[in-house]
Amino acid sequence: MADEALFLLLHNEMVAGLYRAAEQGEGENGRCTTKLESMGFRVGQGLIERFTKDTARFKDELDIMKFICKDFWTTVFKKQIDNLRTNHQGIYVLQDNKFRLLTQMSAGKQYLEHAPKYLAFTCGLIRGGLSNLGIKSIVTAEVSSMPACKYFSMYSIT
Amino acid sequence: MSRPPGRKQENYKISRELFVLTYGALVAQLCKDYEKDEDVNTCLDRMGYGIGVRLIDDFLAHSAVKKCRSYSETADMIAQVAFKMYLGVTPSVRCSSAAGNEFSLILDKNPLVDFVEELPAERASLCYCNLLCGVIRGALEMVHLAAEVTFLQDRLKGDAVTEIGITFLRKAEDRKHKRN
Repeated sequence: MADEALFLLLHNEMVAGLYRAAEQGEGENGRCTTKLESMGFRVGQGLIERFTKDTARFKDELDIMKFICKDFWTTVFKKQIDNLRTNHQGIYVLQDNKFRLLTQMSAGKQYLEHAPKYLAFTCGLIRGGLSNLGIKSIVTAEVSSMPACKYFSMYSIT
Repeated sequence: MSRPPGRKQENYKISRELFVLTYGALVAQLCKDYEKDEDVNTCLDRMGYGIGVRLIDDFLAHSAVKKCRSYSETADMIAQVAFKMYLGVTPSVRCSSAAGNEFSLILDKNPLVDFVEELPAERASLCYCNLLCGVIRGALEMVHLAAEVTFLQDRLKGDAVTEIGITFLRKAEDRKHKRN
């Protein structure tokens, strides 16, 4: 639906606006990423609440990750995660071969150094979603060739 | 696997909520970064402009509308097609000048403030939805219509409805000239 464009454009403007403000101000790239990630965290928390209002209780971590990969990703990015891997000890790798926030940017190695800026929000989104489902985690992302990217989610082992 | 029939609508609602929540997080972050309300408003307007100049292409591609022949047609198009397509609401249009170049869009339901109860006391002059003004301004500029867009009334500030005022800046004679 037409809504996809709205979120995509807003996200791009957010990244551009924050980095532009950082350039004019004290200029610390690291802080922009943190800000984007914390925004994503707030949104992820709220979104997962609205989303799982009527779903059944999750059996275990793997169930939650599958939910994130299928239903959550489909609703937010209109496609599923292409590959989910785990070492069964708290580390999950979500691979998306055609990440929607990066498809419009390039298809290969061009602009690779700018890609991480556009992944920060989504890292926060995943972390926020997991946090409200009761899982404390650290989420990072890696891009080797646009528009494919991988999200690493590390649970604290309790 | 059979799914309940309302699932697609729910998904659609959630995509919209994603946008609304993201917008809220953005405004909150801007409020943390800037102390003055005017700075936040300007920042939102500029971001909205950046979105508007790109959104117009998406709008024209999805809606395939014909060229508007008058300012009032343009205002109607914004209200009845664009707002409906992107925000799911249809504001009512009111022409507020005899010259026919000033219009107001009156929104009695604004989806952007779905999760906002009220503005905090120290942010009394924040235009929460200023992004919308920038979007409309940017989009109109890309179809060669210079306009000034501002908020005339805002429900979050205590008014009865939310009213966006659009003032088209070119004179009517210019438009007739262009059609040749």
